Amino acid sequence: MGAIKADPSSKAPIASSPYSFFPFLKALRLKTKQQELLLRASALCLIYVLAFAIRLFSVLRYESMIHEFDPYFNYRTTLFLTRNGALEFWNWFDSESWYPLGRIIGGTLFPGLMVTAAAIYKTLHFLRFAVHIREVCVLTAPFFASNTAIVAYFFGKEVWDSGAGLVAAALIAICPGYISRSVAGSYDNEGVAIFALLLTFYLFVKAVNTGSLAWALASAFGYFYMVSAWGGYVFIINLLPLYALVLLVTGRYSMRLYVAYNCMYVLGMLLAMQIRFVGFQHVQSGEHMAAMGVFFLMQVFYFLDWVKYLLNDPKQFHAFLRITLTCAISVGALALGVGTASGYISPWTGRFYSLLDPTYAKDHIPIIASVSEHQPTAWSSFMFDFHILLFLFPAGLYFCFKRLSDATIFLVMYGLTSMYFAGVMVRLILVATPAVCLISAIAISATIKNLTSLLRTKSKALQSSVSKGAASLKASAKASFDQALPFQKNGAIALLFGAFYLLSRYAIHCTWVTSEAYSSPSIVLAARGAHGGRVIFDDYREAYFWLRQNTPQDAKIMSWWDYGYQITAMGNRTVIVDNNTWNNTHIATVGRAMSSYEDEAYEIMQSLDVDYVLVVFGGVTGYSSDDINKFLWMVRIGGGVFPVIKEPDYLVNGEYRVDKGAAPKMLNCLMYKLSYYRFGELTTEYGKPPGYDRARGVEIGNKDVKLEYLEEAFTTSNWIVRIYKVKPPKNRW
Amino acid sequence: MANHGVLLALLLLLPLHCFSFSEENPTDRRILVLVDDLAIRSSHSIFFKSLETRGFDLDFKLSDDPKLTLQRYGHYLYDGLVLFSPSTQRFGGSVDMAAILDFVDAGHDLILAADSSASDLVRGIATECGVDFDEDPEAVVIDHTSYAVSETEGDHTLIASDSFINSNVILGDKKIEAPVLFQGIGHSLNSANSLVLKVLSASPSAYSANPKAKLSSPPSLTGSAISLVSVVQARNNARILISGSLALFSNRFLRSGVLKVGSSVKYEKSGNEQFVTEISKWVFHERGHLKAVNVKHNKAGEKSEPAIYRINDDLEYSLEIYEWSGTSWKPYIADDVQVQFYMMSPYVLKTLSNDQKGLYSTSFKVPDVYGVFQFKVEYQRLGYTSLSLAKQIPVRPFRHNEYERFIPAAFPYYGASFSTMAGFFIFTIVYLYNK
Repeated sequence: MGAIKADPSSKAPIASSPYSFFPFLKALRLKTKQQELLLRASALCLIYVLAFAIRLFSVLRYESMIHEFDPYFNYRTTLFLTRNGALEFWNWFDSESWYPLGRIIGGTLFPGLMVTAAAIYKTLHFLRFAVHIREVCVLTAPFFASNTAIVAYFFGKEVWDSGAGLVAAALIAICPGYISRSVAGSYDNEGVAIFALLLTFYLFVKAVNTGSLAWALASAFGYFYMVSAWGGYVFIINLLPLYALVLLVTGRYSMRLYVAYNCMYVLGMLLAMQIRFVGFQHVQSGEHMAAMGVFFLMQVFYFLDWVKYLLNDPKQFHAFLRITLTCAISVGALALGVGTASGYISPWTGRFYSLLDPTYAKDHIPIIASVSEHQPTAWSSFMFDFHILLFLFPAGLYFCFKRLSDATIFLVMYGLTSMYFAGVMVRLILVATPAVCLISAIAISATIKNLTSLLRTKSKALQSSVSKGAASLKASAKASFDQALPFQKNGAIALLFGAFYLLSRYAIHCTWVTSEAYSSPSIVLAARGAHGGRVIFDDYREAYFWLRQNTPQDAKIMSWWDYGYQITAMGNRTVIVDNNTWNNTHIATVGRAMSSYEDEAYEIMQSLDVDYVLVVFGGVTGYSSDDINKFLWMVRIGGGVFPVIKEPDYLVNGEYRVDKGAAPKMLNCLMYKLSYYRFGELTTEYGKPPGYDRARGVEIGNKDVKLEYLEEAFTTSNWIVRIYKVKPPKNRW
Repeated sequence: MANHGVLLALLLLLPLHCFSFSEENPTDRRILVLVDDLAIRSSHSIFFKSLETRGFDLDFKLSDDPKLTLQRYGHYLYDGLVLFSPSTQRFGGSVDMAAILDFVDAGHDLILAADSSASDLVRGIATECGVDFDEDPEAVVIDHTSYAVSETEGDHTLIASDSFINSNVILGDKKIEAPVLFQGIGHSLNSANSLVLKVLSASPSAYSANPKAKLSSPPSLTGSAISLVSVVQARNNARILISGSLALFSNRFLRSGVLKVGSSVKYEKSGNEQFVTEISKWVFHERGHLKAVNVKHNKAGEKSEPAIYRINDDLEYSLEIYEWSGTSWKPYIADDVQVQFYMMSPYVLKTLSNDQKGLYSTSFKVPDVYGVFQFKVEYQRLGYTSLSLAKQIPVRPFRHNEYERFIPAAFPYYGASFSTMAGFFIFTIVYLYNK
């Protein structure tokens, strides 16, 4: 937004003042068009820098480090890629995770992000910038956010005009919905994927608008990049056919669409199949069938067109049409039916299904429902992430409908579908953000353009309207408008000020949200101390470094899967389960161990060769996303596979509690014991009894925790991470 | 499980033995004998002499010696402990029950003999080893049908037992002909303990009660559930002998003849001497001690050990097992040593073939499953030290260039693509130049 506001001020010095002082500059005087170009270019440059700079809060405040959970895996794989090269990466079998099953990393990840970071790293080194790979990883997401802003500019320009493009670029550069996944250190697939997504859409719209093979080819490559980077490519491969279908139905079918879609689909498919993780899924799985169906439909349509042209007889053609359509639909349905029944076409995955039916995951796949970013979005987080864009969005839709074209139809569809998905899952706000920014930008740009043109052309409009007279309804309306001229001018000025006020509020909001909410690394926790100062809890890294320094090289660590990636990346130790939740049974086994009594858990741990158990505990610091609060999910996931674990055993009257009134099984399960071992001796808060759990605000129910098969090995300074050693079997028994 | 990764099988076998005696020579050398009364030194001199002639250094101490200590600067001073002090209430110096159990848990051996005066301390040590002496402090083992006939004692507490454990490893190759004389308290084995073994058990007619009092309630221990002498081989291969009779080791019992009641054969000499000699050989690792060395695995036809296998690789696995004979390592020969290729459950289970010189080997194909596997040898045989070797090895899937480049089944597809290319080429020419 800062860039937009800079426009009027930067215009003045270029346009007038320097020339009077420095006459020789007159030679450099630019024509209006060139001035505009210069302005636009400089605004874009500022936006580019702004988009990068606003994402650096966390680096400045903490240090240059990787955030969250998944980015640690990405970082580890990138490190592997730069050290061992592409072929080793491609064939990488990782025996350090998912012990003892192992994981074929090369074949089960989207390599786009790692390859991008490694390429940037190699380029920088080629240019003799000896940066560490970590710095590259930390700054990849902001870099791509800047690029996204540029793509948004071109997209806006393609759909509406360059003004809208500029506004869109500025909006997306600082939109919190996007910043949440692209701050420095958030080295995740989404960081580059949103760029790829928008680029693909832009190139496709360009291809549809021009009907050019080259743009369609470019779009296919954009799609390839997207597929290599993020599983969200499924959105593209379903949105594009939907869009094509809508154009077909609304009678907007054209040769341009035919060229664009077919080229994009065929090449995009072939390219996507080169990604090992996708492979034949692209032609076999249910999620991709819509694109194929529309592809065939398009051919039928084209064929019919051709027949119609050949026959040149409506009656005959109708008969032919009926037969062909019946045949085509029945063949298609038959193929789909046979494919599904024979298992050649795999059914929709649970994740995809839960998008269409938000309650599905909750009932059937607890492992998906347990992730907080898969929850349905709260109304407040829409407001938080979009701010004024939320109500500019419908206004933008109005403008789009008013000037309907192939491009605006695409934008409307993109906006509406992604808004739906954003409502279903919190993390998909990210996908909706570019659409919301673009559509809102159209609203802003169109409104401001109308208002300013009103201010500028008032006299001309008056004259013309008077001279023309009230000929038509439209003209009369305009005339009546014009007659209220004084109010209109003032009104326009007021509205302009209002718009600028809103936009500046937006800018302030975005900066505040970025600074306060989205720039904490989550591996290092910050809290406000009693005196208002910032208190840093660096317990996670303390624990992981302890593991690295104090445990045998081949020790196996059992923890809930959230911490798996971090343990392997920072602790360099083997884990039983990690954030790549590919094996539900294995996770359920860990969930079962955590929710069993100690002796039963010991047997499970023995069978998995576990040496250490790591739990995260927030009772001392009041850190609420700890294992006790996640525990019910462990019970549910464990119970989903092993029916001996029953959720009601851990609840009292349907209520989850850890104090004296808690269920007996809860008070004696492994997770409770490990979390609260020796906690009963500790006074956490002045004026409260010992064993007062600050995260849940209760005094714990079992203060006398005795461990028989495990022993405490390490507890971090704020008790956030606790590590226990599994004892060997008794010597004499 | 903790020692999976230890690469040397030797260390796996003897994880804690390193400071007491060398791995090459597992027999104990320095033995501390704790007695209530130094008179035991002479009254049990035959047993002690037999130990000394076999090369042991015996260090006799009173059990309440205030300078008593088992370790100094973290190193144990002794390899074995003989507790001939049944009535001791407290040990002197720094020794207590925990110290003795730690001594055992550090891999050292223990012979514990109790009698009817057994103190709580001695009973406590026995309990920790999985042996429960009769709780009644007055009770002794009485047997009215297989007692040893003697001139003085008429209460049938001197028992002649010959129900030995059937193991040549523990009791030696030579069968013990004469019954063993026993006089003392009986014990039962804790059923939760899977490591404790009855070596000498009472006859079915025996029971444990106070011989001087009238039996008011049924005795708690009866019949052959009563164990007279038991041994434990702990998981770290420390060996423990627990006897309910101290007199079993005494010169008097070793020298005396035995006539079991109802038996016509009178033995000139009881079986005690042979019994205590043989079993002390076992306890002090002169017999039944195995070691596994040179655990090797490699791809078929290669020499060096790979860091990772590929699925469907052919591999060879071998190890050498030797048995300590008391003076030297002799090849151990058995046909029941098995290796598992294990990942949560055994995927391959093969019996190793041996070359009669201690080398066991086999070869098999890695299963078509990737993951982190282990070569596991779990060899537990009665009396022998347990061999449990585990060696972790990951198995990876094929690399991208390890698949066959051209497969016959795909020839139709190759044909299809090449014919399409040719067809398209011809079509282009026809279309462009045929107007």
